[in-house]
Amino acid sequence: MSSLLITGGRVIDPASGGDARADVLIRDGRIEAIGTGLDEEEIARFDATGAIVAPGFIDMHVHLREPGIEHAETIETGARAGAAGGFTTICCMPNTLPVNDSATVTSYIVQRAREVACINVRPIGAITKGSLGDELAAIGSMREAGIVAISDDGRPVMNARVMRRAMELAVAFDIPVIDHCEDLNLSAGGDMHEGRQSVRLGLRGIPSASEDVMVARDLLLAELTGARYHVAHLSTQRSIAMVEFAKSRGLKISCEVTPHHFAITDHELETYDSNFKMKPPLRCQHDADALIEGIVSGVVDAIATDHAPHPGSDKMQEFERCPFGITGLETALGLSLDILVHTGRIDLTRLVELFTTGPANILKLDRGTLAVGAPADVTIFDLNREWTYDVQQSFSKSRNSPFNGRRFRGGPLATIVGGEIVWTSFQETRE
Amino acid sequence: MAAKRTGLLDIESLDRTEIEAILERAHFFQPADNESYRRLESLRGKTIVNLFFEASTRTRVSFEIAAKRLGADTVSIAAQGSSVSKGESLVDTLNTLVAMRPNAIVMRHAASGAPHFLARHLQIPIINAGDGTHEHPTQALLDARTILDQRPTLEGLRVAIIGDIAHSRVARSNVHLLSKFGADIVLCGPPSLLPRELEQLAPGVHLAWEMTEAIRDADVIMMLRVQLERQHEAPMSAGEYFHFYGLRLEHLTLAKPNVIVMHPGPINRGRELSSEVADSQRSVILNQVGNGIAVRMAVLERILQ
Repeated sequence: MSSLLITGGRVIDPASGGDARADVLIRDGRIEAIGTGLDEEEIARFDATGAIVAPGFIDMHVHLREPGIEHAETIETGARAGAAGGFTTICCMPNTLPVNDSATVTSYIVQRAREVACINVRPIGAITKGSLGDELAAIGSMREAGIVAISDDGRPVMNARVMRRAMELAVAFDIPVIDHCEDLNLSAGGDMHEGRQSVRLGLRGIPSASEDVMVARDLLLAELTGARYHVAHLSTQRSIAMVEFAKSRGLKISCEVTPHHFAITDHELETYDSNFKMKPPLRCQHDADALIEGIVSGVVDAIATDHAPHPGSDKMQEFERCPFGITGLETALGLSLDILVHTGRIDLTRLVELFTTGPANILKLDRGTLAVGAPADVTIFDLNREWTYDVQQSFSKSRNSPFNGRRFRGGPLATIVGGEIVWTSFQETRE
Repeated sequence: MAAKRTGLLDIESLDRTEIEAILERAHFFQPADNESYRRLESLRGKTIVNLFFEASTRTRVSFEIAAKRLGADTVSIAAQGSSVSKGESLVDTLNTLVAMRPNAIVMRHAASGAPHFLARHLQIPIINAGDGTHEHPTQALLDARTILDQRPTLEGLRVAIIGDIAHSRVARSNVHLLSKFGADIVLCGPPSLLPRELEQLAPGVHLAWEMTEAIRDADVIMMLRVQLERQHEAPMSAGEYFHFYGLRLEHLTLAKPNVIVMHPGPINRGRELSSEVADSQRSVILNQVGNGIAVRMAVLERILQ
């Protein structure tokens, strides 16, 4: 394997608390040294002067649509979109066709990722067979085949007894349980956040309570079982407060938030543009503010995109007929810099933590750090380059982003996986 | 609001002067007693497509007569029997129609925001004839015309709108219109059909669960149809509903002596109002129907001429 010297960057490594100008020497796919005077002849160099050099970013919540829904995304295209967003590892949810509820499907994804993905892909297995919420999936076998967590994401586990059993098994297999918190009876038929905007637009609402009651239930079950429990795409003020409370009591609880939930609100739905339709829905300003506050205070453990590609034809319909979900891999860092860093709410170490050690600790991955000997996954980004997101240039197969045309300041410059540069902002964006 | 470019999507984005102009022009189109509507040629050579994805009698016929009275050619399409039932998407259906070069499309659709969605993708003016539970702008305009036939101004009027507010596009359009003219609006219905956020829909809106409270001193009472097809769970039994939210003659004594009773139709006698009220001197329900044509003539002329 090749060697690479990343020179002149500001190296931020939350795992060690490091934040200093240094060179990073990579050899044989691993971090060999960080410091100065590492230069040698005959070595490939990447000049990172003026940029931030961080551990490779991890997105613990994406949908890659393969197997089965390849017209929306594939492992290959989703991975390329991830690389362009600065991610070196992405974890794919099991709601494919078939659902990833067996070692066979898990092995297929792992194998396929090895063949075609330019970044690391780690599958998440289903909690229940077919994610139908009734019968537990083959959690142990999937664990052996390579899953890093279990979730029925896209759907909640409505039956509390089933959730309890899943958590008990998860403790035994040392794997976190991730829930998509939505009481389906309360949210039934809803297309957007229930509130002033839904009443005004005549769209059916999804109340915050549909998320909150499930978070509350799950926290109680996590206490009962001792499971490591993680709230996916947390979106409400009350859920943040409950997670904070559970953490203060010493439970093994974590949560993620998406950039779109802290960057924009239900006011964007004005034009009935289905690129603003997702689950959980865009909430109110006070919810977005609470998420940001949770990021600042440390309640939030990770930023995850919930990258959910849908082909244009599915999104070019009446709002209520459109599927839920938006793409997010390529805009996550730009949005986070915009809303969190340029505004002075958090510093860069905290930002990097949310994309690296945060998710790595939840999933117990041996990544998210620049420690000597660690896999050489590196994300290089800058803080000042102005750029405009053009969804037509996306590496994803789908175009359903609400951020098309948005101006950003700062974003990914290069993505390095196992010592190989898999993407840089200088290259042509599309083949 | 660029009504001429985008057609007419909702009342909320119209300004007061625009509404006044339409109402004034509609007044010009109102026929004298025992006469029919004027026959004009102002839209001669224009083609208007009436595209109704939801069942409608009065609105569709009203738009058709309005267009014909202005000399336009009209084509009316009901979704049943169209390519929609063969699985064609809404955008494809509209693109196909637009390729035939009509001058405007009048559309009713069960999905809120469907005309707004289309307006973003098509150049042709779209006139919203009711979108889901969002708005029904020409209904509010004809309601305003009907009130103004009885009262000198909308300002300061106390208007009670009673029934299934949550699912009513008529209520939303009326609230926006009446609020722009300074009316005092009381929305009344059972809690599950009266989300409290309605109070923030526009200035001058109040909510009431009790009908007697809503009707007291009212100048105008608008009853809404119980939209069973849009309710996913009945808020209460039909008998209980009529008992608490049905309008009966005895209620009218609480209102101003010259109160008028309105209903967008179709009415369900004995469900939201009693037969006696529907047929009483206070009812202007049939005036509303007549004004529908005059108002739609004014709207079509404004957008197409």
